[in-house]
Amino acid sequence: MPRGGRNFEKSKDFKGSMIRLLQNLKPWRVFLILALTLAMISAILALIAPHKLSDLTDTISSGLTPSITEETVGEIMMDNSISLEDKNKFQEVLQTAQKDEKEFLVKMDTLPQTIYDKIKPVMDLEKVKSIALLLTIFYIVSAIFSYIQSFILTTISNKFAKNLRSRISNKINILPLRYFDNHEMGDVVSRITNDVDTIAQHLNQSLSVLVTSITLFVGSIIMMFITNWIMALTAIAASIIGFGLMGLILGKSQKYFIQRQAELGNLNGHIEEIYSGHNVVKAYNGETKASEEFDMLNEKLFTCNRKSQFLSGLMQPIMGFVGNFGYVAVCVVGAMLTMNDIISFGVIVAFMIYVRLFTNPLSQIAQALTFLQSTAAASERVFELLDEEELADERNIQKTLQANQVRGDIEFQHVKFSYDGKKEIIKDFNAKVHAGEKIAIVGPTGAGKTTMVNLLMKFYDIKEGDILIDGVSTKELTRDNIHNLFVMVLQDTWLFDGTIRENLKFNNESVSDEEILEACKVVGVDHFIKTLPGGFDATVSDNDTISQGQKQLLTIARGMLENAPFLILDEATSNVDTRTEELVQKAMDKLMVGKTSFIIAHRLSTIKNADLILVMKDGNIVEQGNHESLLAKKGFYAELYNSQFESFSE
Amino acid sequence: MFRLFKKLGKKDVFYALICVLLIVFQVWLDLKLPDYMSTITALVQTSGSKMGDILTQGGYMMLCALGSLLSAIVVGYFASYISASFSRKLRKEVFEKVECFGMEEIKKFSTSSLITRTTNDVTQVEMLIGMGLQMLIKAPIMAVWAVTKIINKSIEWSALTGVGVVILLVTVFGLMLIVLPRFKIVQKLIDRINGVTRENLTGIRVIHAFNAEEYQKNRFEKVNNTLTNTQLFNQRCFAILNPIMNLVMHFLTLGIYFIGAYLISEAHMLDKITLFGNMVVFSSYGMQVIMSFLMLAMIFMMWPRAQVSAARINEVLDQQSTIQDGTKKEGLKGMKGVVEFKNVSFKYPDADEYLLKNISFTVNKGETIAFIGSTGSGKSTLINLVPRFYDVTDGEILIDGVNVKDYTLETLHNKIGYVPQKAFMFTGSVRENVAYGENGQGEITDKKIEEAIEIAQATDFVTKMENGYDGHIARGGTNVSGGQKQRLAIARAIARNPEIYIFDDSFSALDYKTDATLRKALKNYTQDATSMIVAQRIGTIMKADKIIVLDKGECVGIGTHKELLKNCPVYQEIALSQLSKEELENA
Repeated sequence: MPRGGRNFEKSKDFKGSMIRLLQNLKPWRVFLILALTLAMISAILALIAPHKLSDLTDTISSGLTPSITEETVGEIMMDNSISLEDKNKFQEVLQTAQKDEKEFLVKMDTLPQTIYDKIKPVMDLEKVKSIALLLTIFYIVSAIFSYIQSFILTTISNKFAKNLRSRISNKINILPLRYFDNHEMGDVVSRITNDVDTIAQHLNQSLSVLVTSITLFVGSIIMMFITNWIMALTAIAASIIGFGLMGLILGKSQKYFIQRQAELGNLNGHIEEIYSGHNVVKAYNGETKASEEFDMLNEKLFTCNRKSQFLSGLMQPIMGFVGNFGYVAVCVVGAMLTMNDIISFGVIVAFMIYVRLFTNPLSQIAQALTFLQSTAAASERVFELLDEEELADERNIQKTLQANQVRGDIEFQHVKFSYDGKKEIIKDFNAKVHAGEKIAIVGPTGAGKTTMVNLLMKFYDIKEGDILIDGVSTKELTRDNIHNLFVMVLQDTWLFDGTIRENLKFNNESVSDEEILEACKVVGVDHFIKTLPGGFDATVSDNDTISQGQKQLLTIARGMLENAPFLILDEATSNVDTRTEELVQKAMDKLMVGKTSFIIAHRLSTIKNADLILVMKDGNIVEQGNHESLLAKKGFYAELYNSQFESFSE
Repeated sequence: MFRLFKKLGKKDVFYALICVLLIVFQVWLDLKLPDYMSTITALVQTSGSKMGDILTQGGYMMLCALGSLLSAIVVGYFASYISASFSRKLRKEVFEKVECFGMEEIKKFSTSSLITRTTNDVTQVEMLIGMGLQMLIKAPIMAVWAVTKIINKSIEWSALTGVGVVILLVTVFGLMLIVLPRFKIVQKLIDRINGVTRENLTGIRVIHAFNAEEYQKNRFEKVNNTLTNTQLFNQRCFAILNPIMNLVMHFLTLGIYFIGAYLISEAHMLDKITLFGNMVVFSSYGMQVIMSFLMLAMIFMMWPRAQVSAARINEVLDQQSTIQDGTKKEGLKGMKGVVEFKNVSFKYPDADEYLLKNISFTVNKGETIAFIGSTGSGKSTLINLVPRFYDVTDGEILIDGVNVKDYTLETLHNKIGYVPQKAFMFTGSVRENVAYGENGQGEITDKKIEEAIEIAQATDFVTKMENGYDGHIARGGTNVSGGQKQRLAIARAIARNPEIYIFDDSFSALDYKTDATLRKALKNYTQDATSMIVAQRIGTIMKADKIIVLDKGECVGIGTHKELLKNCPVYQEIALSQLSKEELENA
């Protein structure tokens, strides 16, 4: 599925996951609480601001009306410095005021200065200034708080994500191999990238949005009621219709969004499949069928796509409408109240803003909740992995075998093993191997040859019986210790993205450059390395000049650098050309010198001189012995051996 | 990008025009709203206004808002139609184009890149159209219109709004400059995290075996740290946007009121109330101006990403397939299953060196021809020329006497049963996988399917699967093993009933025994079909009628196993590396 495909996934246990998530955030709790408090404060400031803004408006509007009261009129009339003519004119103007207000205002401007000065509207500019200053401080503080808050949350969420990634990555190395038998690689990788990303991003956004929005929502209701309850009821009533509508659409569009993600996933899957199987599709004339399927999926996607886009696009216009509706309602009711002198005009201005503050958070809360849903779902997947059972604890193990002191004897005593606890794969296996011997493991593909590797390396614990190294039970040794005793070269030539030197050295820091060169010479890969740009510092990455065979040689060289008494060798060399194969074979022979070797054999020439051959079939060891004795048995091994000579035309 | 827009159909363009008209209407209504607001404000302000007047004005305002909402709904309806149908069309076009590609084009782009181009890139463009189209039309109209409405109301207020816009734009573009390049880095780092994790998972045994857990952990932590730090930097930068946006908006309102207070107190009596109304209106127009510039900035942010995607899509659409369809539907009369190579040479178009030089041979009906040689000797390339995955550079390939280029691809492919190196499985049942495709011979019967599975030695595991022949094959065939996949792929070729089988190293994942039994059964079944086999193992090809030994693109030996063992040094070398002398003689 593409990224974001899980965005709308529902969690299994929302509450439980959220609690668990919060518990995991504990190390940062001080900062978290600080950030959320800051978010709340800056929301509260945003709430008080309209109140102050309404004061500002009132102050301004009080400077609009001339102060014609009995007192001022009387004062003008008594004032001896004003001429009688002017006083008459003033009387005249006053009379127009009763008839036509506009006319009155025009005439006021014609009044002599002496009178005009007495009745002109006076605005308290000092008060304007102080309110403006207060608001400036409010806004700046609120902005600073909001930045600090998102800075902290960003930091927390990223550190948390980093911590989760590290924990998953570490977990991979302490999981029993069994886990990987039934979990896909892509699944684990997607937990470490997509899921962790979802958690970090959504946590970062939703937490502050949730706190801010809820504060704004509740706060604006409180503020509205404090300011004027009639207006508050009006505003809420006007918005409720809109919210109902919005909830309806949100639910619907959510449904289509989920569908859309699913359809997109299906279509992308189909595209991926057809593209990667391009040659098969072409050679089998599968284009028509592929196109038909594509059209069908494309059509489905189109439908969901259109609907989800349409519905989600409706949100904003509806929000706008609700805002306007609220505005008109507030204005009409407000006007009524103003006229009856119950409230001042400033209250209306404040409400205009409250309506906005009140309607905006709801859609944000809704969105934050969906985000949290997907966060919960993602964190469930992450925690599920982190909760997986780990490899058995080894702290009680005291014994250690030193690699340079081990002779190299190994003994299997009544070994029983099963992967799933039901079907016994290895039943009572007994064998004694002396130092320096060569043991070949053969069998058809899927016969369980790697099971032997898994047991030897203690990748899996055996159910019953014991494996003894130099007479010491492997149960009494740590895995690390056992691993130190074995060199392992596997068929899948695993090299990591780094230089050749880093790959050869791997975690063994003590290896010198001379030793590396020496090992490469023995393996016969030194010349090739020198031809690479950068030589030993050339990087190994997926698609470049280093062939499969050369990679195999490099892994052999890596094994060569590890000094250990035992060797496990998977000698399959499919996809390697014959000449390189010869080189690989020689290198392997050199690697075996002086070691007790277990060889997963694919070429029969190796088998013949083996001291012990284990023949495996369907997970079982069906026969054991040396080449001659097994051939004489005329059993499965003989059949297997002879099949290579069976002809094509027989 | 604009080239892609040309792909919009007549219907889409018509819808788009309706959208433009409706958006103009909507903007007109949106800008009319503040007028009503101001009237209402004035009415409320002036004592003695009648309640009826306020209601009438409020009614008008509601009508405006409702009209705006309705047109927004209609626009949304059409816009969603345009963008969804556009992406549907584009996706289809890219898909069809890729289906026509030959291997050469696929290789040029790489499969994974073609996948992202058809999926992600199309979605990117769709998003720009879906969200951007409306904004793209609305923002400039809104900005210009709102500016003209306020520009002559007051120089001071206009200047203040201008300052607000400039601050916003500087912030947005500054952020883009700083953060955008780092977004690309983040993408790469996520790929790295992915890579290291994958590495760890695929090499888990090796890591355990070398006790390299700590080493691997350090490698991971290094990438993890860089990723976290880069992302932290990005997000911390971005966190500044919101507070600044809020600051600009708040200060705009505050500034307008503050300046308004001075303007009003200085004004003549008559102008005071008008000014007050203007002030209230201006603060909302100013907000509209800021909003429209924000919308424009958002488009500027989305545009480059969509532009990159559009360019990538165009690259695919512009690519001409080198494989051109022929016209012939039949081979020469009386010939069936005859393949002839006449002086065939091949090189990739941009390469200097030939991968195949002057190869000639003929295989007749019922014969088996095998190709052997080291990696890079050109065996797979040679065999890929037959179904025209590539076309020859020089010379010609004839099937049944007709040049492969002259056949329609359908006819050509119907003659061939091709089994690739990497067995490919489709999601679906075993049955669907085996009966895949069309062979021009009607539907493949269940009996035929079961028979094919039997010959491919797959009956055993198929019948053991849940639901047997209808058992589910997961995407990529992850629930069956490599050897099982290969057997099903062979069954698929058998079910097709072709004249010519092509096996491109298709037995490599099988053990010797299965390999031998399978080939024996196959030989019995396909008595009169021609087989072309590429293999690594001598055992697989020993009894072929003709073996061609390739070395560096040249044919260094043709003959039977015995003949080659005598006279072809390269063949001897290969044979001896796999089997001992006595084994070879015994065989």
